[in-house]
Amino acid sequence: MKITLKIWRQANKNAEGSMHSYQLDNVSEEMSFLEMLDLLNENLTAGDEEPVAFDYDCREGICGMCGIVINGSAHGRYESPVPTTTCQLHMRNFHDGDVIEVEPWRAGAFPVIKDLVVDRSAFDRIIQAGGYISVNTGSAPEAHSTPAPKRLADRAFDAATCIGCGACVAACPNGAGMLFTSAKITHLDNLPQGQPERMLRVKAMVAAHDDNGFGGCQNIGECASVCPKEIPLESIAQLNRDLIASLFRGDGRAQ
Amino acid sequence: MTATTRPPASNPYYTLGAEIHDTKAPAGPIEKKWSTRKFEAKLVNPANRRKLTVLIVGTGLAGAAAGATLGEAGYNVHNFCYQDSPRRAHSIAAQGGINAAKNYRNDNDSVYRLFYDTVKGGDYRARETNVYRLAEVSASIIDQCVAQGVPFAREYGGLLDTRSFGGVQVQRTFYARGQTGQQLLIGAYQALERQVDAGTVTMHSRHEMLEVIVHEGRARGIVTRDLVSGEIETWYGDAVVLASGGYGNVFFLSTNAMGSNVTASWRAHRKGAYFGNPCYTQIHPTCIPVHGEMQSKLTLMSESLRNDGRIWVPKNPDDAEKDPRDIPEEDRDYYLERIYPSFGNLVPRDIASRQAKYMCDDGRGVGPLVTEVTQEGETQQRRRGVYLDFTEAIARLGRKAVEDKYGNLFDMYAQITGEDPYATPMRIYPAVHYVMGGLWVDYDLQSSIKGLYVCGEANFSDHGANRLGASALMQGLSDGYFVLPNTINDYLAAGPFEKIDDMTQASQEALESAVSRIEKLLAVKGTRSVDSFHRELGAIMWEYCGMERTEEGLKIAIDKIRALREEYWKNVKVTGVNEDFNQALERAGRVADFIDLGELMCIDALHRRESCGGHFRRESQTEDGEALRHDDQYAYVAAWEFTGDGSKPVLHKEPLKYEAIELKQRSYK
Repeated sequence: MKITLKIWRQANKNAEGSMHSYQLDNVSEEMSFLEMLDLLNENLTAGDEEPVAFDYDCREGICGMCGIVINGSAHGRYESPVPTTTCQLHMRNFHDGDVIEVEPWRAGAFPVIKDLVVDRSAFDRIIQAGGYISVNTGSAPEAHSTPAPKRLADRAFDAATCIGCGACVAACPNGAGMLFTSAKITHLDNLPQGQPERMLRVKAMVAAHDDNGFGGCQNIGECASVCPKEIPLESIAQLNRDLIASLFRGDGRAQ
Repeated sequence: MTATTRPPASNPYYTLGAEIHDTKAPAGPIEKKWSTRKFEAKLVNPANRRKLTVLIVGTGLAGAAAGATLGEAGYNVHNFCYQDSPRRAHSIAAQGGINAAKNYRNDNDSVYRLFYDTVKGGDYRARETNVYRLAEVSASIIDQCVAQGVPFAREYGGLLDTRSFGGVQVQRTFYARGQTGQQLLIGAYQALERQVDAGTVTMHSRHEMLEVIVHEGRARGIVTRDLVSGEIETWYGDAVVLASGGYGNVFFLSTNAMGSNVTASWRAHRKGAYFGNPCYTQIHPTCIPVHGEMQSKLTLMSESLRNDGRIWVPKNPDDAEKDPRDIPEEDRDYYLERIYPSFGNLVPRDIASRQAKYMCDDGRGVGPLVTEVTQEGETQQRRRGVYLDFTEAIARLGRKAVEDKYGNLFDMYAQITGEDPYATPMRIYPAVHYVMGGLWVDYDLQSSIKGLYVCGEANFSDHGANRLGASALMQGLSDGYFVLPNTINDYLAAGPFEKIDDMTQASQEALESAVSRIEKLLAVKGTRSVDSFHRELGAIMWEYCGMERTEEGLKIAIDKIRALREEYWKNVKVTGVNEDFNQALERAGRVADFIDLGELMCIDALHRRESCGGHFRRESQTEDGEALRHDDQYAYVAAWEFTGDGSKPVLHKEPLKYEAIELKQRSYK
């Protein structure tokens, strides 16, 4: 099929960006969206134009490196019948003659590095603030010494499947990173091992979230609707419950 | 001995050097070696650790675990990765599980059995001492991960669930649905970020290592390129740890992440680190088949699918285009169950892969016709796929149970192929997945360069000629959490070493080498894209150095690769400049190293005139077509020394001594 791409080109963090149009023939419907961009880049290279920069790595929907806004939705969620990452979106979801708009994540906390590539290191800083259980290597008790109810372990797992791609932030009108933050809170909250630091963790992580340029959460829900791993919106409720509870507790660095 | 195994009197490909040996594993019974080594290793006083700097390249299971653990111990750690965050390393994509000798199932499992299975699975080409240690620490890994909050699958009683995995008959594999690698990596990543917060680890993401700095025989630093600004920087420390993963992308199409590369390992190899068994490649049997020419990568589906799915092809080639549901039982060939009645669909990966290839070579493959060029240079059309059928499992367990176990894999298949695997059998075909080869290391995980340590898939050590399922995660975390942090102190105890800086000759040479190479790549200004070279290299490797290798084919491959290198440096087209975010330039450096590695892999495969594990030489097989080893001549690790561009590599043999296990012909029948 033949398609027209309108792609955001921006030379670097400080440069002005704008949309550029490209025609692409010979797109097959088996191609993934990123393979289609590979094809575009091969053509651009052949014509001595600079290829479009975009992030990718595993190309199987798990590393969280890719992330492009396609026709206005993060990862092209509204082009796909199922939740998806950009790399798992396939061209069979598009039609001959389509005009496709391609933009980077747009959020205050994610400055553009080049073209479609953004800086998501703010996510790492939220985890640094407390998104872990403090256990040094070697000090762990025997794995079966603390049973964990299957129901809670499964809920922890569901939240732990977050890939940190940032689609939730890109979709949020406020640029909030609350679904990401609450996924980690929910993961660790539902395990017995996560209890000792529970109150400390939520205060520290929310503080880091706010300090890193993310907007405030108003429970709009755009985040959950584009999430490739279907992290439930209720995770945010879990976070809020813990945060309120933590205000009545003395522990935590953000007190 | 057959005629084909006799090494040629003189050969144009390599020269034979002195034998080498691991000198670190202590004497004594195998059960005592690791505790003896830990006792004998020199210690570093906790107060002195912060004066010692360790540079770690890579943040997968091995790198992140090592970074976190060394940080906790109080060392000053710098950790580097090419991705935008350490959490993205390709360990994240591992699906199936992680082995551990916990014997929670009361099914006769033990440290010794895990050790035995791993050595046998590796077709007796792994170093016994390292493998025993791996089995020994495996149980602690599960404890550590559970304490970190890794949400492993659990039973209703709240205890951990386990399942069985290819090549073994016990249920020792712990898992987190089909995302075990992701959960383990996130655990290690969180531990690493905790140390970043504590100030012991400094993280450098979007940095790629281009050179190692070797000063007076010791690895003392690295040269990196900042992938955003293009800045070339130097970093100094008392030891360097490479945990930079495997090099399966030499085949272009593989299940590795697109960015996975050999550059860190290859640059170290050029500086004196021996490369161990480079030709040992694992071709994974259950991947989604190739769909077309612009395909950029292949997707694996966990081989846990083989626990319940049954693999078959039509008996009659004319049935290839039929709807598989319309092919009656008697016209199906469940070939693994037929050939290997006791292991059936659970035979090790190398066997399952090769049998799939044979079925398709025999014209009984399914799926679309693919045009290929044979080793003899002829063009032919073949179907490259076999069925993986869950009809029986869905009937036996119910759709819900199948969904619970494999739901995410089925979803992934549906999304990529547009077909519904609950309704029709999946089509699968083998793909390059893992490399057992890697930089040679001793029992301490130290390479042949002092102070340069290698962990995880980047080293060669534990899997011999074939890796068993669910053992890669075990090895990465074993190296990172428990082995390296207990051996590197033996080396660091002599530090801190003399301070060096950018004025030191070794640093200047490394910097100059990195910069001039980039300039050279940008200056070619040819007509072919980097990717087109990479695809061509991959096609050569897959055809001649893939699932089946021959003397003649490997020689052809070496000639083709040499010609490709020649063209590469004359005709590659790298757009843009160094001082920018330039992905074409990143790839150009990696592909140049893959070309050099590809040649060494073929030389290694050529010299090893036996079949073992994933290395199958057509000339060396039993009467019924199984891999035939030649223990009298090839029971050694091939450790290759670099001697200069265009100059023959030197082969050092490390003889493999089996004291705890008796060498046997591997049989899964």
